[in-house]
Amino acid sequence: MSLDHSDVEKIAHLARMALDESQIDAYAKDLSNILGLVEALEVADTDHVEPMAHPLHMAQRLRQDQVTETDHREENQSIAPSVETGLYLVPQVIE
Amino acid sequence: MHTKTIAELGAGLRAGEFSSVELTHHFLQRIERLEENLNSLVTVTPESALMAAEAADQQMKSGHADPLMGIPILQKDIFCTRGVKTSCGSRMLDNFISPYDATVTERLMQAGAVSLGKANMDEFAMGSSNETSYYGPVKNPWDTARVPGGSSGGSAAAVAARLAVAATGTDTGGSIRQPAALCGITGLKPTYGRVSRFGMIAFASSLDQAGPMTHSAEDAALMLQAMAGFDPKDSTSADEPVPDYSASLGDSLQGLRIGLPKEYFGEGLDPAVSASVESAIEVYRQLGAEVMEISLPNTGLAVPTYYVVAPAECSSNLSRFDGVRFGYRCENPHDLEDLYKRSRGEGFGPEVKRRIMIGTYALSAGYYDAYYLKAQKTRHLISDDFRKAFEKVDVIMGPTTPTTAFGLGEKMDDPVTMYLNDIYTIATNLAGLPGISLPVAPVNGLPVGLQIIGNYFAEAKLLNVAHRFQRESEWHRQMPVGFE
Repeated sequence: MSLDHSDVEKIAHLARMALDESQIDAYAKDLSNILGLVEALEVADTDHVEPMAHPLHMAQRLRQDQVTETDHREENQSIAPSVETGLYLVPQVIE
Repeated sequence: MHTKTIAELGAGLRAGEFSSVELTHHFLQRIERLEENLNSLVTVTPESALMAAEAADQQMKSGHADPLMGIPILQKDIFCTRGVKTSCGSRMLDNFISPYDATVTERLMQAGAVSLGKANMDEFAMGSSNETSYYGPVKNPWDTARVPGGSSGGSAAAVAARLAVAATGTDTGGSIRQPAALCGITGLKPTYGRVSRFGMIAFASSLDQAGPMTHSAEDAALMLQAMAGFDPKDSTSADEPVPDYSASLGDSLQGLRIGLPKEYFGEGLDPAVSASVESAIEVYRQLGAEVMEISLPNTGLAVPTYYVVAPAECSSNLSRFDGVRFGYRCENPHDLEDLYKRSRGEGFGPEVKRRIMIGTYALSAGYYDAYYLKAQKTRHLISDDFRKAFEKVDVIMGPTTPTTAFGLGEKMDDPVTMYLNDIYTIATNLAGLPGISLPVAPVNGLPVGLQIIGNYFAEAKLLNVAHRFQRESEWHRQMPVGFE
């Protein structure tokens, strides 16, 4: 599977990631090579094989619905890009 | 003092030969003098280290004798450390001061270990050479023109250069074992779920596992003892009892059945590395082990399977970095999409971008069955190979890497060539099995690693098998020139 310039632009958009226009062709080449590596899977006979999502066959654990977290507001405020009077500021992006 | 192991230093501390404050000063001075040659650390925390050392000295006076009490270590910069920058090797988290501790960090601190700082790493643990870090490449102390391996390259280089007694690492496709091999130290990747992933920044959640990087198997046993165990904060943590890893280190290997997968000794393996590994296996024969050839027929599918599964999980995990709540935010975004796209475009480096895009593509509508579902099935085939092998043998042995450390910059232009470095380590992550790498005879002055793979939760057996070799050999005591 070979990816071209516009394929990479489309994938980068899906991933919400800006790429330098000048580097898109290099990404197309690298990603095509990686997909070339992955093509080796096509020959494997997996007709009667169950998909394996997880290495250990464990069930999802449940816990009591109790509050265990304590208040971390101060710490969380201190690492936010921008805050004011206890609020998290984000750029105005809705027209 | 820096030539000693955790076990030896712990004995010295408890006997009152020196204090943890003296020991910590000694290592901080070594960092000051030697670190600039290696770039193995992102952050050094001398003040909190000395405070922890003082506390450890006090605790020892009042009779606490935990084996890690007062021992200076390093944390890979993937583990959240409260109040300390936790960058994960990325510009995206260059400004991230963690508001909480990872379970691994917490448990090691509780055991009295003294953290000297945070070790450099490939960005978001994606790399096999430690050249993808935002903070620049780490150099191999055995030859500073060569890579230390990755992604736990900073941890490996720093331990090899004796800038700390031990370090933590994480292993998603070989990231503990491969740098341990290339830097001549002992590195253990436990069974998936053995060590908590809470507070360990996620790359590929069904593969990631934390483990110790040390000078000896004996030290790895002491570190793992503190790190391992059930954690309700990690939904995939294994609720299995933790054995005493030190108790069985000296057990006899008489009758141990060792399997050598023929696929791990074929084309692509440097003949000199192969010879070194084979001479180590000869030592096991002399210790009474029974060696037989086995086959893991689906080995060739491991790297391709990994490069679907890991990118798919990474593209999902890394979607949380959006420039909104924490981490890097671009300047003057003009709308929401621009905020996302430029924050991620500017915050992530090229290798992380490649993997996010591969994962995004593999999971996108119309391609899911051909890539992700197919890879989950081939993952099953790989896992079945091991299940069948462990019906016949107790442990599997082979080389950790196909070659010794390669030159800085040598493989950066070709991601696929770089990926093939992990050809012998990746399958164990896909299966979720534990593996250890330990130093055997070097080739042209460069370290070589022997990999031992065990069955699920057989860490004690791996440590036992590795320790018995280290009782017969001195390779784990070798020091790189210039770092004595």
